[in-house]
Amino acid sequence: MSDLESFRTEIRAWIEANCPAEMRTPARGDDDVCWGGRNFVFQSDAQKAWLERCAEAGLTVPDWPKECGGAGLSPAETKIFRQEMARASARSPLNSFGIWMLGPALLKFGSEEQKRHYLPQIARGEIRWCQGYSEPGSGSDLVSLQTFGQDKGDHWVVNGQKIWTSYADKADWIFCLVRTDKENKYQGISFLLFDMTTPGVTTKPIKLISGNSPFCETFFDNVVVPKHQIVGELNRGWDVAKYLLGHEREMISGMGGDGGTASLGGGFKDALGDEPILRAQLAMFDVESLAFRAHSERFMDEWKTGKAHPAYSNLMKYIGTELNKKRHELVMAAGGSDYLEWESKRSNEGKRARDWLRTKANSIEGGTSEVMLNVVAKRILDMPGA
Amino acid sequence: MAMTYNEDQSMLRDSAHDFMKSEAPVAHLRKYRDMDCKDGFSHDLWKQFAEMGFTGILIPEADGGLGMGHIEAGIVLEEIGRNLSPSPFLSTSVVAVEALKAADKAMRDRWFPGILAGETVIGIALEEGKKHHPEKIALKAERSGNGFKLSGSKQFVVQGSSADMLIVAARTAGAAGETDGLTLFAVDKDAAGLSMEAARTVDSAMAARLDLNGVEVTADAVIGDVNGGWAVLSKMLNAGRTGSAAEMVGVGTGAMDLTFDYLKQRKQFGRVIGEFQALQHRAAHLYGEMEMARSAVLKAQNFLDDDDPRAELYASVAKAKAGLACNLSVREGVQMHGGIGMTDEYDIGLYMKRDRALSEFMGDIYFHADRVAKLNGY
Repeated sequence: MSDLESFRTEIRAWIEANCPAEMRTPARGDDDVCWGGRNFVFQSDAQKAWLERCAEAGLTVPDWPKECGGAGLSPAETKIFRQEMARASARSPLNSFGIWMLGPALLKFGSEEQKRHYLPQIARGEIRWCQGYSEPGSGSDLVSLQTFGQDKGDHWVVNGQKIWTSYADKADWIFCLVRTDKENKYQGISFLLFDMTTPGVTTKPIKLISGNSPFCETFFDNVVVPKHQIVGELNRGWDVAKYLLGHEREMISGMGGDGGTASLGGGFKDALGDEPILRAQLAMFDVESLAFRAHSERFMDEWKTGKAHPAYSNLMKYIGTELNKKRHELVMAAGGSDYLEWESKRSNEGKRARDWLRTKANSIEGGTSEVMLNVVAKRILDMPGA
Repeated sequence: MAMTYNEDQSMLRDSAHDFMKSEAPVAHLRKYRDMDCKDGFSHDLWKQFAEMGFTGILIPEADGGLGMGHIEAGIVLEEIGRNLSPSPFLSTSVVAVEALKAADKAMRDRWFPGILAGETVIGIALEEGKKHHPEKIALKAERSGNGFKLSGSKQFVVQGSSADMLIVAARTAGAAGETDGLTLFAVDKDAAGLSMEAARTVDSAMAARLDLNGVEVTADAVIGDVNGGWAVLSKMLNAGRTGSAAEMVGVGTGAMDLTFDYLKQRKQFGRVIGEFQALQHRAAHLYGEMEMARSAVLKAQNFLDDDDPRAELYASVAKAKAGLACNLSVREGVQMHGGIGMTDEYDIGLYMKRDRALSEFMGDIYFHADRVAKLNGY
């Protein structure tokens, strides 16, 4: 038996022994998702136990080094672990912007001390993070951001406003882009970390078209941030941000895939007898969706072997998010008036409709489709002009 | 299997790329078109294909071939598509070889050497109507003495009039619409009762209409099993659909490259038109579509080479997606070239014509989207 095959046997047995039965059913809503953090209220003992067991084994962040709270798995082992988690229908033990975004930035740009301090906390789900990027006047043109940190010797005093801060009202800490030099546009931004309970930080949830409020406005009024809480060099935060956006785009691009089922139309087969045009549209969508699945696989193979263009994740983000929006349009069409119910128990509080509306942000957040196309045209296709 | 080329495949791509570019570029197609060539391709080029080893890519090593797979055949097809090189490669070296692999030794020994030498051309006589519906085959084959007697007609037999042998799909039992009861026959081009009318198609290739009027064949002309032809035909279809999809990736990419070059040269309003965001966004979108098509085709080739049953589904995904992307590429190509895109002098129009013909080969976008739905139970 090869090493990887014995690893598969081993990890399968571990999941079998440690994943509570309750954690092997699909999450019913956002409450079932474990986000961790100081104020998180576990929905069940099983949810708590599953997080603790995974954290203990380093499996909330399987590919991170052991000293950072991970399991030190190779890419091939990580892939097997995820396959086995899916096979067992095991829920993710921990969802976290710390894992998906800050962690990779710290691993690349953080000091040794920062890695030792922050990464294990993230891995154990003790601190919930949010991301302070966009501002009311700086969306697609993020680099024009105005939130300013005034140098006061051993600390900065930060003033300004962020918007679209995901779960800022529930987060413990923020990683935040702050202007530290007003003269230099790109090389005048720093990447700062601070506690959301610092005096002067306030948040206000924004109600979205889905009726939910995953995003906030976040205000900074003379917030004191010690100098050691900077990631990377002073005024070089844009490098960190760009690196992270690449990560975010890769992650979001994964969404167009299929969420487990190979065919969208297959899920509605009993409802299509009288709907020939809808059936045709679903068939055309399934062609796209299956092609995208193959494409994601090729992209990952090329990415791992260093053959992919560095700007390619922009293309993946564009295709993946546009496909996901199309998917949810078709889901709503196939569901008909059943899926219009907004509050009923039967509709699971309008989950389908709320999910559909949520997807409209996919092609806006993390770089709009239009910006993605700009980047692809200029960097990959080498089109002329500014 | 990884979704990237290994070292040997990359080398094959490089040599096929250089070969088509120097020996069979678009100018070669124009030359044969303008001389009103009745074959629609050059027999000399077909011999050169053999010298390069291309014609025997899918022929098993035991039969003297290279014993390679659909990824390798697809590499050659992509370069054929990129250069619009006219050749019998798809019909003969991909679809016919796939059929002959299921034939007995005598038939393999009769046809493989000529294919390997670039001397033999084989036509695929499948279609009976203007659209692709293989299960509706009605051409009748009745038992007659020691063999069979074939009567009926076929159309869209690409290079049929240049073929030394025709693989004819016929019904020996059952009713049109059933996959049981089909049988494949190897019919000699000179068989009595066989008449042929060749017509030039929009892409300057030649396609034949066949009339079979009591054509007699012996029992050893059967490829595969009597009444069980669907098993072999399915393999031919998977190979032909995936292969034509690979060629379309080449056609679409060739058209796209021409167009992107043009966007970087053409000036209007005092600027290179590639600076305009309206065109940049369409260019970037097109690039993404071609990339997805490439991935879908590679996935189908992988499944075919692995004998994975998902090849059935992915052959259709590949043909439909390549059809969509390639069609977008040639349409955007003509539009972005502006007025000169409408002229015969510029190559972009030739790409548009080849796309149309390939799209129809073994099922169009709509046929294959429908098939994807059926394979997924709706």
